[in-house]
Amino acid sequence: MTQASMTTSAAQAMIAMERVEKWYGAFQALHDINLSVRAGEKIVLCGPSGSGKSTLIRCINHLEAYQKGEIRVGGTVLGHESKTIDAVRREVGMVFQQFNLFPHLTILENCTLAPIRSLGLSKAEAQGRARKLLERVKIAEQAEKYPAQLSGGQQQRVAIARALCMQPKVMLFDEPTSALDPEMVKEVLDTMITLAEEGMTMICVTHEMGFARQVADRVIFMASGAIVEEAPPAEFFTNPRHERTRKFLGEILGRH
Amino acid sequence: MGPDEYLFLLAGLKWTVALSAIGFFFGGIAGLLVALARTSELRVVERITAGYIGVFQGTPLLMQLFVVYYGLALIGLKLDAWVAVSIGLTLHASAYLGEIWRGAIEAVPKGQTEAAKALSLNYTSRMRDVVLPQAFRISLPATIGFLVQLIKGTSLAAIVGFTELTRAGNMISNQIFQPLLVFGIVGALYFIMCCPLTLYGAHLERKFAKSAR
Ligand SMILES: Nc1ncnc2c1ncn2[C@@H]1O[C@H](COP(=O)(O)OP(=O)(O)OP(=O)(O)O)[C@@H](O)[C@H]1O
Ligand SMILES: [Mg+2]
Repeated sequence: MTQASMTTSAAQAMIAMERVEKWYGAFQALHDINLSVRAGEKIVLCGPSGSGKSTLIRCINHLEAYQKGEIRVGGTVLGHESKTIDAVRREVGMVFQQFNLFPHLTILENCTLAPIRSLGLSKAEAQGRARKLLERVKIAEQAEKYPAQLSGGQQQRVAIARALCMQPKVMLFDEPTSALDPEMVKEVLDTMITLAEEGMTMICVTHEMGFARQVADRVIFMASGAIVEEAPPAEFFTNPRHERTRKFLGEILGRH
Repeated sequence: MGPDEYLFLLAGLKWTVALSAIGFFFGGIAGLLVALARTSELRVVERITAGYIGVFQGTPLLMQLFVVYYGLALIGLKLDAWVAVSIGLTLHASAYLGEIWRGAIEAVPKGQTEAAKALSLNYTSRMRDVVLPQAFRISLPATIGFLVQLIKGTSLAAIVGFTELTRAGNMISNQIFQPLLVFGIVGALYFIMCCPLTLYGAHLERKFAKSAR
């Protein structure tokens, strides 16, 4: 990233998606997505099942290829060649619904693998960094254990620490609490709230509306592969403009 | 059966072990490449390796050894019997192990590769550090099962005139006219090699079934 490229306002966006379209075969999963996320901004993405939330955030780190439009992360235009994909992935951490920890590696090894292999840190440096971050997600005592020995909530906090070990500029969360037992949801949300307070740029797919109210700068509602509505949480929850948003909120808030 | 006969059988046994080891070692290396090619997501490469696997799984090992030994000799490439057999066993093993390991690689949950990609690990690291160690565990029982098949399969090397355990037994039995005794001993020797492997494979299978919850 050059200084010159930081002068235009568009380049200041941490993430910029412009007219992005994505197809799975003949099925169009994303329609004309335009989204700009400033550094430090927290976005909550919600919408009914199948609306394209996962697809959208998975395009940002190229777990899914997009066919039209442009995505920029930091100053880098995300192309389809491995050079820019790797560059973007080094800046973007991701946390999955199913944790996806590496079961054959210890917690500490889970956290040091990518910094060693991808950033070229020494083992000692990577371990130092990992232990600090495991401390921060309050799981330092478990460093030598294997993922299967931890509870779901602990595993998800490890997954967050593992992503943070790459010192990403952006964190993507895809329903990080959906696979958890109810009593473990809070510990993961608290970790995410702390991260938000420290200024991390975050895009969170979640239906935890309490979390959205507390940390989101903007809530984005998707339906049928398109962004239907976006607003600050106060406005989004009290005064949704679109019928589909109202219906969705009725369903999701009625459940709780 | 005197000591000479026993020594002759042991010399044959030595070759059986050596052929198995060669086939498993080189077949393992080639099989890993086959498995990686088969899961490369490159259409052409996947098709070619699928054909390779199909040919070697679809024809008898006996015929493969035959082709390598006599077939290559016909076109002027005269190989030592043990070289020909080693090549034949390696090709054979690479196809079977390649297919076993392809299945194991595909059995590793997709989320593992996705998490590794999201951490910006490159292909080499994704395979070496994340996918293959898990695939290896998954494939161990089947891999051991194949090793047992391979040990027994080396007996087919006899048809190209190679004196491994089975042929050594055959020769002695023709000399001393006690086929029941000789082949009893030969069978016991195969059993001693294969049975511990079979038991170990079964043990691993039970262990993994338990840990899979
Ligand atoms: N690999 C795929 N191949 C084909 N279609 C897919 C694939 N992945 C997703 N889709 C389709 O794309 C659409 C959007 O899926 P996506 O997973 O992004 O939705 P989502 O909003 O995350 O839903 P959920 O809340 O259930 O996670 C769905 O209709 C889905 O069936
Ligand atoms: Mg989803």
